[in-house]
Amino acid sequence: MSAAYRKERLDRGIKARSDDIFALASYRELLYLIGPRAALIGGLLIFPLLRDIIGLVWLNVMLTACSIALLALSWDLLASVGLVSLGQAMFFGVGGYIAGYLNDAYRVPPLLTIPIATVLGALVCTAILYPVLRLRGIYFALITLTLPLLFQRLIEATKILGGTEGLSALDPLPETTVVVYIAIAAVLITLFGFRRLINSDYGLVLKGIRDNDRSVIAAGINISWYKAQAVFLAALPGTFAGALLTHQLQFVGILAFTANYSILPLASTMIGGVGTFAGAMLGALTLVPISELFRGFGTWRVVFYSVILVIFIVGLPEGIFHYVQRQYHQFERRAPLAGDK
Amino acid sequence: MAILIYGLVNSIILILAALGFSLTFGLSKVANFAHGGLYLFAGFAAWLLHKRLDLPYSVAILVSIVLTSLLGALIYRFILQRVRGIELAEVIATFAVGVAIIETFRSLGFVTFEFNLSPFVKGGTRILGVAIDYQRLFIIGVGLLLAILLWVFTHHTKIGLALRGIAQDEHTALTLGIESDWAAMLSVAIGSALTAVAALTILPLGIISIDLGYEVLLIAVAVSVLGGLESTAGLVVGGLILGYSRVIAADVLGTQWQTVVYLVAIVLVLAIRPSGLFGKFKELEERV
Repeated sequence: MSAAYRKERLDRGIKARSDDIFALASYRELLYLIGPRAALIGGLLIFPLLRDIIGLVWLNVMLTACSIALLALSWDLLASVGLVSLGQAMFFGVGGYIAGYLNDAYRVPPLLTIPIATVLGALVCTAILYPVLRLRGIYFALITLTLPLLFQRLIEATKILGGTEGLSALDPLPETTVVVYIAIAAVLITLFGFRRLINSDYGLVLKGIRDNDRSVIAAGINISWYKAQAVFLAALPGTFAGALLTHQLQFVGILAFTANYSILPLASTMIGGVGTFAGAMLGALTLVPISELFRGFGTWRVVFYSVILVIFIVGLPEGIFHYVQRQYHQFERRAPLAGDK
Repeated sequence: MAILIYGLVNSIILILAALGFSLTFGLSKVANFAHGGLYLFAGFAAWLLHKRLDLPYSVAILVSIVLTSLLGALIYRFILQRVRGIELAEVIATFAVGVAIIETFRSLGFVTFEFNLSPFVKGGTRILGVAIDYQRLFIIGVGLLLAILLWVFTHHTKIGLALRGIAQDEHTALTLGIESDWAAMLSVAIGSALTAVAALTILPLGIISIDLGYEVLLIAVAVSVLGGLESTAGLVVGGLILGYSRVIAADVLGTQWQTVVYLVAIVLVLAIRPSGLFGKFKELEERV
């Protein structure tokens, strides 16, 4: 037989060493640890400076990509507690509408509406979801799928908050470059904050709820309270993205609850890899620009996302990030089968 | 009186639209979110076969039902089977397939008024002073017939019982010699065929509009959730409740409230009693 070998996968030496205190021993090992993170942060921070080369259009694409990334990070945190959301648009829409309403009715400046909308919106979302936090799996997914649609129809039917026309002529934000920097900062803070959170003892409880909620209850922990906290934390980036984009576009309408803001973050996380946060963000930062390139194809783009999503779920369920991470930390080699001479 | 009769017609339409979805879930626990896509596929397939290939209407309808059922089986074989058991992946994958089908039709330009199927029987009559056309009466007939046939199929035939066994306890069913992949593929195929039947009886009432694909999925979810995801009686009762409340809401509050009715129903039922009115799943499986 020609295939008289198997593949084995080993940690790189540098990975084994830098897992320990030896990381301090050499620049090479330090670089190995810091390199990928520095490349990401540096890349994101330099991007808006290239405005004259790449043009304003791509700066706006970056802004969209950042808001989708925020929603995807929020999805990933919810998923770490075992809550699968099909309606990230709810966070986006609630944040957007609170900021829009405050600005439209009371002329509160954007500097205040955005923070208020972020926190208040997250509280509102938590309050709305609190009664259904006991639901699991597909039942929770169904309810999150329904809620954004419900808000959309209610606004349409009751004609509150501007009805189908939405709230327009809101106060603008300063220059686009600044806005993009704010969005990038938000993405980075959320990314590293959530990664740290999920690795702490607190995060351990959250992951415990996902893996076996009944044993967490048996340990005497009030899981509803923990889930509510997780929903609040996860809602923050979503409502922030909504509020920021509302002011950037100077408009908020029922499209803020559109399925796009639910499907894109979901697709990004699936493509990037679930559970690492970095995967969710990378997914958003690749998917949104790619979809921008296909703008000319109109609704075929939606078909394209869906097909990509199916291919990834069936073919590479772990996502890109897990794959890349493995290539970085480990190498593969052919090893003879046991018993072979 | 008009409310009574149109409420009934509406309820039967909802039940028909939800039938395929509910049956597939009840028989093999596959939540087929491609439901809306299959519904549109059946309608457009019949239209293409009848108007473009000049097949007789009845043949076009039969072929379209068979094609839809094949499409369902293919979706199961090549996509669902590989992610079976991971509920989230099942939901996302089927939803994505559904969206892909719906948006493909939209991109191909199936959006104008020429896309309509003609009613089987033209004309209408008056019942108790309310004007009603024959197609709507026909829908009532088909709906009742299918509901009864399905109940007989799932409760009194060997295949139906085998399929329900899979839904209740897959491992035990396996030890009794029921092959779960084959059974689940069959259930998706039957569900898709039912969706096609529903599409072809309901669509002649209006034009085939793309957004129906999403609406039908919503209806299916609302009706099934309200009645309990695997119970035939629940499906009927859920359909009746939603159908009447929809007609009453449209009459009292205005037509824009129609969709709100489904959505509120889904949210309330899931929050208060997720098994639905007739569901029999154990409480702990759905919430803690």
